[in-house]
Amino acid sequence: MDYANDFLEGLYKAMLRIRLCEESIVEPILKREVLCPCHLYSGQEAIAAGLGASLHERDYVFSNHRSHGHFLAKGGSMAGMFAEIYGRETGCSRGRGGSMHLIDPGVGMLGSAPIVSGTISLAIGAALAGKIRQEDRVAVTFFGDGATGEGVLYEALNFAALMKLPVIFVCENNYYATHMPVRDCRVTNNIHKIADPFCIDKAEVDGNDVLKVYEAGRKAVEKCRNGEGPFFLECLTYRLRGHVGPDDNVQGQHTDIRPPEEVENWRQKDPIMNYEKKLVGQYSFDVDALNKIKMDVAAEVKNAHVSAKNSPYPDRKNVLRYVFK
Amino acid sequence: MSSNRKLGYSLAINEAFHQMMATDPSVFLMGQGTKSPWYVGNTAKDLLDRFGTSRVIDTPISENAMTGAAVGAALAGMKPIVVHPRMDFMLYAFDPIINQAANWYYMNGGRLSVPVVIWGIINRGGEQAAQHSQALHAMFAHTPGLKVVMPATPYDAKGLMIAAIRDPNPVVYIDDRWLYSCEEDVPEEIYEVEIGKGVIRKKGKDCTIVAVSYMVPEAMKAVDVLAEDGISAELVDLRTVKPLDKEIILSSVRKTGRLVVADVGWQSFGISAEVAALVAAEVFEFLKAPIQRVALPDCPAPASSPLEKAYYPMGEDIVEAVKRFNF
Repeated sequence: MDYANDFLEGLYKAMLRIRLCEESIVEPILKREVLCPCHLYSGQEAIAAGLGASLHERDYVFSNHRSHGHFLAKGGSMAGMFAEIYGRETGCSRGRGGSMHLIDPGVGMLGSAPIVSGTISLAIGAALAGKIRQEDRVAVTFFGDGATGEGVLYEALNFAALMKLPVIFVCENNYYATHMPVRDCRVTNNIHKIADPFCIDKAEVDGNDVLKVYEAGRKAVEKCRNGEGPFFLECLTYRLRGHVGPDDNVQGQHTDIRPPEEVENWRQKDPIMNYEKKLVGQYSFDVDALNKIKMDVAAEVKNAHVSAKNSPYPDRKNVLRYVFK
Repeated sequence: MSSNRKLGYSLAINEAFHQMMATDPSVFLMGQGTKSPWYVGNTAKDLLDRFGTSRVIDTPISENAMTGAAVGAALAGMKPIVVHPRMDFMLYAFDPIINQAANWYYMNGGRLSVPVVIWGIINRGGEQAAQHSQALHAMFAHTPGLKVVMPATPYDAKGLMIAAIRDPNPVVYIDDRWLYSCEEDVPEEIYEVEIGKGVIRKKGKDCTIVAVSYMVPEAMKAVDVLAEDGISAELVDLRTVKPLDKEIILSSVRKTGRLVVADVGWQSFGISAEVAALVAAEVFEFLKAPIQRVALPDCPAPASSPLEKAYYPMGEDIVEAVKRFNF
């Protein structure tokens, strides 16, 4: 496929922003400067970036506990995200939500929530809203393989199919639901096939290949815009960090979950590393130019930390504010 | 301009829907039975014909996802009403109601509110046993971020529904099938009954009866019986369970010094406990006698009629509670 260089660079930058943000939180967590639970997205960047590139600003996104990547790729403010993670009044949720409640309605990021499968039904509702108003909007819900254990997913698939809603169900299958390998939770790992009994179009894609995710996302979005929704997209991927926080969930360590060889094998499939190779090898990008982008993004991330840490905490006298509008 | 005519409780709700859907394109109704009079009585009468299937959506039996869809549509700028014809089934929807709708505005720092009406119908009695008859309002009232209204009259049924639809927050609107047949004058125009404001249905000086939902007409009967015995009871209809109209309760108890709370739900940890605690904390020195509670016992609802009669408190139980004051 031919792509404009700006577009390819945009995908690179989108993934890099997520990765550098995620890895920059590790130290503050260990130093207890960041206290809220952070579910790092390192390793899964191609999915948020690929989908993000296929959507318009007016489209809606709902996210789950692992929300940083979805938020950034939809255009959410990095400064607002870090201020939120540090619990500051300037955060995107004014310090009331933390890492798991990132929101930016102005760019269609309608929210994130850690109740597994909890935002899937919200996304079909947002799609329904667009359909009732006869607007050209698509809604995307991101969820993990663990969410396939929740009944509400199947209720949502059925209703979305029945109403032909413009909604894309994006399952990020990273093979683990917290500590449970998917093989211990499901009889098969062909998650995309759960779309079949609902007659929903589906695809399974290498979730570590940003261009493949983008192409799959683009087709899904197009179908939804043509009134041929919904769509189910399973993205196979792996989280390089553990379920929550910087812990790697590697066997022999404190959480003792994943075989070291398995983790190492997936490190070789690092979506950013491999995309860099492709940009240089296949699309003739200059290594120095990529390094320059990396430095720019690193500076942006550093500034966002500094600005967040210099921002005020919410005033304790306002603890009861925002219960009702 | 305003002309009042007698309207039944369920048709008063129906009129609220017609008027709100006609004047605001973001209002729509979804849930089980919206096209079936068997399910929701005549509350949905003629809505489908007038507004079509895109705004009157009869849904599959999927309470969790359907309620979540209503919440999501609200987040995307609509004003949905989602109906649960038997509120027992709302328990399937606790996640979208409590985890999501109730918390969304707070946990997102006020960035996005949830203007949804979650409508649950209580179906007391009728030998329907424990899973077709429950009154679960206290569970919702316990949760920060939810408003809970329980109209007892046709006038309030319409005015509170309109207020609930217009409210930018999630409102749990709870009615009772036993109220559907009552009639009274209801204005034809659009009007609101303010959420969070109770009303004195009958002035009195000897004791205060605080009642909610179906216990209001029962308490009205009790007030009449007590009057024959020379006892002047004041009846406060809460109308809204949350936020509670504290002042109307406190000022009445300051005057009468005696309190009976009559609830349609269970006694333990419920509305009657909340009102009693409020009164004990705020106006203890005015109390001339221990607070009396008339509510459901700590027991699931039975089926068999004789057991139902023992189970559901009625007007005579309120009379009996008042008489325990030994005037």
